Amino acid sequence: MAIDSDVLVIGGGLAAVTAAVSASREGADVRLVSHKASTLRQASGLIDALGYVPATEPAKPLRDGPPTAGRELDPDEWPDPEGPLADPYEAIDRLPESHPYRIVGADALREGLDLFDDLTGDAYRGGHTDRNALVPTFGGAVKPTARYPAAAEAGLASDDRPMLVVGFRSLTEYDARAFAGRLEAAGVPFDVAGAEVEFAEAFRADAKITRLAKALDHDEEIDGVPAREALAKAVAPHLHDVVDEDGGVDRVERVGFPAFLGDDRGDEVRAELADRLGADVFEIPMGPPSLPGLRLEDRLFDALDAEGVRFETGNPVVGVESASDGRVEAVAVDRKGRTAPYGADAFVLATGGLVGKGLDSDREGVREPVFDLYVDQPDDRYEWFVDDAFGDQPYARFGVRPDERCRPTDADGAVEYENVFAAGGVVGGADAAREKSASGVSLATGLAAGRQAATEANQ
Amino acid sequence: MDRQVDVVVVGGGSTGCGVVRDLARRGLDTVLVEKGNLTHGTTGRMHGLLHSGGRYAVSDRKSAKECIEENMVLRDIAAHCVEETGGLFVKRPEDSEEYFQEKLEGCKACDIPVEVIDGEEARRREPYLARDVEKAIALPDGAVDPFRLCVSNAADAREHGARIETHAPVTDVLVEDGEVVGVEIEHETGPGKRVHREPGTTEEIRSRHVVNATGAWAGNVGEMAGVDVEVRPSKGVMTVMNTRQVDTVINRCRPKGDADIIVPHETACILGTTDEEVDDPEDYPEEDWEVDLMIETLSELVPALEDARTLRSFWGVRPLYEPPGTGTEDPTDITRDYFLLDHGDRDDLPGMTTIVGGKLTTYRMMAESISDHVCETLDHEATCDTADAPLPGSESEARMEELMDEFGLRSPVARRSGQRLGSRADDVLDEYDPNPIVCNCESVTRAEVQDAVGEAGSDLNAVRLRTRASMGNCQGGFCTHRIASELAEEYPEPVVRDAEDELYQERWKGQRHALWGEQLSQAMLNHMLHATTMNRDGDPANLDDEVDFGAFDAGADDGAADADGAGSAGTAATDGGRANDDAAADGDRANDDAAADGGR
Repeated sequence: MAIDSDVLVIGGGLAAVTAAVSASREGADVRLVSHKASTLRQASGLIDALGYVPATEPAKPLRDGPPTAGRELDPDEWPDPEGPLADPYEAIDRLPESHPYRIVGADALREGLDLFDDLTGDAYRGGHTDRNALVPTFGGAVKPTARYPAAAEAGLASDDRPMLVVGFRSLTEYDARAFAGRLEAAGVPFDVAGAEVEFAEAFRADAKITRLAKALDHDEEIDGVPAREALAKAVAPHLHDVVDEDGGVDRVERVGFPAFLGDDRGDEVRAELADRLGADVFEIPMGPPSLPGLRLEDRLFDALDAEGVRFETGNPVVGVESASDGRVEAVAVDRKGRTAPYGADAFVLATGGLVGKGLDSDREGVREPVFDLYVDQPDDRYEWFVDDAFGDQPYARFGVRPDERCRPTDADGAVEYENVFAAGGVVGGADAAREKSASGVSLATGLAAGRQAATEANQ
Repeated sequence: MDRQVDVVVVGGGSTGCGVVRDLARRGLDTVLVEKGNLTHGTTGRMHGLLHSGGRYAVSDRKSAKECIEENMVLRDIAAHCVEETGGLFVKRPEDSEEYFQEKLEGCKACDIPVEVIDGEEARRREPYLARDVEKAIALPDGAVDPFRLCVSNAADAREHGARIETHAPVTDVLVEDGEVVGVEIEHETGPGKRVHREPGTTEEIRSRHVVNATGAWAGNVGEMAGVDVEVRPSKGVMTVMNTRQVDTVINRCRPKGDADIIVPHETACILGTTDEEVDDPEDYPEEDWEVDLMIETLSELVPALEDARTLRSFWGVRPLYEPPGTGTEDPTDITRDYFLLDHGDRDDLPGMTTIVGGKLTTYRMMAESISDHVCETLDHEATCDTADAPLPGSESEARMEELMDEFGLRSPVARRSGQRLGSRADDVLDEYDPNPIVCNCESVTRAEVQDAVGEAGSDLNAVRLRTRASMGNCQGGFCTHRIASELAEEYPEPVVRDAEDELYQERWKGQRHALWGEQLSQAMLNHMLHATTMNRDGDPANLDDEVDFGAFDAGADDGAADADGAGSAGTAATDGGRANDDAAADGDRANDDAAADGGR
């Protein structure tokens, strides 16, 4: 027995949810299947659109032939990128022609961000302006982003109030002093100090971020003192640590913490800390496991529910079940070892890139495992990379090549299946990491692919 | 001008470290200079095999005998650097029975303890061995950690008064009146520990004798002194797997060949190797066929390797040497023996001796022989005790178990810290509270990283080699920034940033040779974490152009009026005037932003 819908979205990340909601709002009956229950725990929770136009030609030429040994790194070097960009839209024309933004257009990005604002409501900020914000991230570098969690708002780098960055001796992700030094080196328009404090030691030396968040959520007692009060007490001695240019001491007006300030009750935790400290409190986006990413995931799946999209997680789509006349009729879903056909009039492939396993590879090549779509790539795997880790890595741009309706094409540019659309990380052509465009690409292509799929299904 | 020392040893590999230890223990005033960090040349780029001698038992019995002798010595004096894995020479159906018997006889003749076992028994010991392995010779091969070994030797030398200078390349060999009288070195960042962003200086070190222990680079040092040393560098690839498919050293029992050994090492397995002569030890191609060859050929012994995850590959150059005129064509036929070149006798240039050839397993014996020679030359009478005196860190094995309780560490962490640190574990782990894990893949704690920083300065690659931090599955993706953060206590921010970038790029270098399957996914995840999330590549702190912060979103201006009562808004409410004042102070700018963007 086939399970049918108008549109079947394959994937569970930002692009998949965006596509599902977009298709649903066009009147389609939508189902979403995702292999993994959690896809955003590695995401910082920042919604970037376009922060840089990175160089695509090295300043020093690439080597010919295989890498060579030697102590010094191979000599390709890359010029500084253009940016950070205050306006993500105006630079789109300067991206390579094969970039997804060039294919779906700036309006798709704009509408995708509007849809995101609609789905996340008050939890996210930045929708009041077209401009990017510069948000301090946990390495101490500021990052241009289009939307940011409300919890990060008081940390914006264009705000000139003095800042204290708090680190914890028992957490190793960053050192608050180096963090503050790095902000200063970036030339931020405010005075900043970093303080490493004792707090989390109350838990195990290697306590998990999620454990700390729960303790703050429930205000658990630590050595007889409620957790929030204990945290405020640990930070209080440092509220005058900031020294301005003239050597004067400022009382800080905002305090940044690693993003562990509560899980379900984050607003309450921040408010109480702010009250106790007499300063705004913000969260610094972190690496995996990322609480802001997990919180966003919860919101998105709540939104799916509210839109009436049926979804199931834990079962991978393993291939095409049946196809004819250049159209896919059904895909095969592996449900606990037994495959079941899932039929639809249109399909959206949003399985992610190399990280999300939307792309698979071995020593012979890179492929798209669900529809076996064409993935543009050099034959020689030694041409998949350049020697500077932060250079224009060919592997970072791997993915399917969509036409203007987001349908993946073959090597000759012909559409592979009339009713298969692609969105998000599985789409190639962007270097989302260097551009700071990962979320924007997911939103823009998700929106476009979802709408096109609905249109296709309605025909 | 600096005072004269007795001996300068050039080269911080196993040989150089062994020599400086030996000479220092004999009471000579000795300096070791190394252009990179310790082990940085060939020693740090080997497969970590502690030879039983079995490999040479047919072709080169002299080397085989030396290997088994020194193998036993190292188990004694360097227990914390050796893992007694045992080894197998396995025979597949297509491998020659005659050669198997020759190997067996050779081992016996060289006093290498052997045992012949059938295929079933071999698979009982190593379940991943191929079904059709017929039989095997079991012998005492082992795994040795060349990093810990060198560091321990250098530490012992320092305790006996020697000076160890890393990141100090020799820029000239001083020759006066037809005699070598010392070297000129460049301190890349000033003498002592390496610190990023510290300007360099040069220094002349005058000495009564110079020992050239630079292995594959011996020709370069020779050239500075005006003598020819014809080293024939030969490259070999080593491919690192993400787990220990085998716990025993697995050798293919057949005559010399590429891709015939698997060495379990810490948490990984290392596949080796190739043997190809190269012109320049610093500049030779690292090719994908070499990596493919390792995986494909060694899968014949351990089929699981075919689909296993490869972390990275690296290449090393052997410092092969043969006396002029020998004319061996194939590098695999060049002897693995070592040679001591007295340039006084050989080139009429007294004051310098070069040692070339040899292998890590016999480093101590080589060091003893060259130290004997130096002492004789300098007319210094002292006896060698390096075969009996334990290296620092190896004296006590008992402490490791106790550590677990004592420091409240999870057992594998304590055990592995204990293994890495040997008898120093107590001192090191006691220093830090809290002592969180910095590198999860390899369970390296803050205390160990800080201890290594204390020895190596801001050189995180040296920290990596001492601790194994960043050498696991993620190849530094989740920990280079954490390791760098450990520098912040002592060093200013720009040093932290430079050190982090250097380590990250170094980790990338080896991964390039493993970019498929899970490791390509890992590379992409690392890229997303470091570029997307942390914005390390676009950080304004690193860019030439200044950023106009005023052109970016400074937050909606309605914070104080926000109704949700949470976060920044909540602060405003509970904070009364202060936040409102801010709003007023910032108001103009924020309003401008809002106005400018209002149209959208």
